[in-house]
Amino acid sequence: MEYVPESAAPLQVGKILCFQCGTPIEPNATNMCVACLRSHVDITEEIAKQNTLNMCKSCGRYAVPPSSWQVCALESKELLAVCLKRIKGLNHVRLVDAGFVWTEPHSRRVKVKLTVQKEVTQGAVLQQEFVIEFVVQTQMCDNCHRGEAKDFWRAVVQLRQKAEHKKTFYYLEQLILKHKAHARTVNIKQVPDGVDFFFPGRSDARKFLDFLVGIVPCRFKTSEQLLSHDANNNVFNYKYTFSVEIVPINKDDVVCLPRETAQQLGNFAELCICTRVTSVVTFIDPRTAQVTEMNGNSYWREPFRSICNQKRLSEFTVINVESLSDAEINSHGPQSDKHVVADIWVMKSSDLGKSDAPQYCTRSHLGHLLHPGDSVMGFDLANANVNEEHFEKYEKRQLKKDRLPDVILVKKVFADRNTRKRARQWKLRRLRKENGSVTDGSAEGNDYQDFLEDLEEDANFRQGVNIYKDPTAMPVDEDDQDEGVPKITLQEMLEGLNLAEEEEVMAVPAEEEESADVEIA
Amino acid sequence: MAVRTQFESTNEIGVFTKLTNSYCLVAIGGAQNYYSLFEADLSETMPVIHTSIGGGRIIGRLTAGNRHGLLVPYATTDQELQHLRNSLPDSVGLQRVEERLSALGNVIACNDYVALVHPDLDRETEEIISDVLKVEVFRHAIAENVLVGSYCALSNQGGLVHSKTKIEDQDELSSLLQVPLVAGTVNRGSDVIGGGMVVNDWIAFCGLDTTSTEISVIESVFRLTEGHQPSTIATKMRDSLIDTLA
Repeated sequence: MEYVPESAAPLQVGKILCFQCGTPIEPNATNMCVACLRSHVDITEEIAKQNTLNMCKSCGRYAVPPSSWQVCALESKELLAVCLKRIKGLNHVRLVDAGFVWTEPHSRRVKVKLTVQKEVTQGAVLQQEFVIEFVVQTQMCDNCHRGEAKDFWRAVVQLRQKAEHKKTFYYLEQLILKHKAHARTVNIKQVPDGVDFFFPGRSDARKFLDFLVGIVPCRFKTSEQLLSHDANNNVFNYKYTFSVEIVPINKDDVVCLPRETAQQLGNFAELCICTRVTSVVTFIDPRTAQVTEMNGNSYWREPFRSICNQKRLSEFTVINVESLSDAEINSHGPQSDKHVVADIWVMKSSDLGKSDAPQYCTRSHLGHLLHPGDSVMGFDLANANVNEEHFEKYEKRQLKKDRLPDVILVKKVFADRNTRKRARQWKLRRLRKENGSVTDGSAEGNDYQDFLEDLEEDANFRQGVNIYKDPTAMPVDEDDQDEGVPKITLQEMLEGLNLAEEEEVMAVPAEEEESADVEIA
Repeated sequence: MAVRTQFESTNEIGVFTKLTNSYCLVAIGGAQNYYSLFEADLSETMPVIHTSIGGGRIIGRLTAGNRHGLLVPYATTDQELQHLRNSLPDSVGLQRVEERLSALGNVIACNDYVALVHPDLDRETEEIISDVLKVEVFRHAIAENVLVGSYCALSNQGGLVHSKTKIEDQDELSSLLQVPLVAGTVNRGSDVIGGGMVVNDWIAFCGLDTTSTEISVIESVFRLTEGHQPSTIATKMRDSLIDTLA
């Protein structure tokens, strides 16, 4: 309120007295001073100042109503979002600002400071700041609850390979680790001939299955088991099983393709060697260095078994090597440019020194690697007793023409296994499994070494694999080493193999809410 | 002296009452209590008249008047006019006005010497006002409101205007009216001064909700305190105002 004598300097806006307390104020819609307005109306009266937050003790996630759980750090924006969702009556006011008031981390209290606005009367907006205290209460989340009740998986992927050697599994393990495809598993279990991956929900298993189908040739079957159902509500509760079978052909297996398959592959040689298993199986014809690829579908149309795997190879010593010209090779398809076809004279290493030991001449794709005196692993076909239907048919046809080779050379032996093991400066991460950390029982040690050697020998093969520097490895004098032995260069190795990191991945369940395992029939 | 009262539980007593220095009109139908209050305070000096205008009770908003006269809208019936003529003192002129803006109380604010009127008021009405009420007429708005009668209360001693009235406007108005003016409120912050209170030179009636701060402003500006201290505003209130301005 103002009474201004005429001599007084004019002011733009006059002041009036607050009708409640008499303080001079600028006129506003309520004509009340802010302090009186505050005491008169409380815009936060509809908002509860005490609230609760539910946190799962075992995984540390916070409940987000209605049914999901979220990982939030203290004083993070995620936690703020969760808190704001819990506050009732916030829709009556306009939220201007929100932030945390610091509390002791172990106090189980979260304090949120809010600034809200509300129109109290026509044209008068009041802004108010206040603190809401949240009491953190523990409540076990669904995932942890299931884990505690030992009822924690809803879907299992049973990965199997009916092969003697576990190479493909080792490769797969590395790919899974690299792509963190196992992040949502609740358990991984070793079983004979394979591994079981357990998942909390069907969609997680489906995702993992899609990953597998993308990286290895395989086929799968789906089945489900009814756990419980509520006929009144049409709710059915299932456990799902995905049975995945990987093509039972490994790298360095000698195979005999069925005749139809070989013809479909462009009249490919029936007797060939598998050089790589990725999303497709790659074969090479040792006599022409011709290569071909086969995907899982065409394999399963006409399945076959390998006639010799790496464990059954015997060691030969190279006597002589004669490279061949292109004309002599008589090839009609795409040829590998990494291999050189040569005629190789070999004899069994065990027969060395015997006067009447037989020498074999065979045509091999390893001409670029082999020199007289080298050791080479080969399949002694002449002395082998192979029981495989496709090979038996092939043998009958070929014997008439006397064109069956005596020996099929598969891979060069670079150095003694122990020497190579000592020289190795790197290592790989492994998947943690429930029963034992290894993929196989008895011959596992050797199988794993074979896999590591394969990685050293084939740069393409190790592209999808994370290789870590081994801090515990003994440094090796470079001069002592044979130049010919393939090695992985330091540039390819990653620093910091942290095993704790992997365990963390295993321990924390995935962040999203799992999909309900309930179907409406 | 300022008195708080209520008309049938509404605080807007200025709607139902017209108070001047020589007569008081009160709407029919109010509780006897309301009527008695005016009777008690005023009957010694002036007639307190029960009446309706055009059959309605909102007589304060429909009529305009001062010590010299009373203007009633065209809607006033002959019977009501007769009743008013009989009740009013002979010195008070009574005139029915044919005016489009028929709520004369809302569009005319006057004391015994000057009147503020709605800018759109008829020229003829303006003449009637100056003739009957014997006032100088100014067309003006208060705080950008053209309903000058609603947003201010005037007496010969002072005037209370809408709270958002600018200082320059207050200056201009008070130089026109030759009375001190203040911006203020009645009935707990209501800006509708004319609707919320009635005032003459020695007494004011305001709504029951009016706070003591508002009462004290009203008593100061209309010089209603005992003894009629003419310099109250200039001394007592001015100190505090200058203090807050400093």
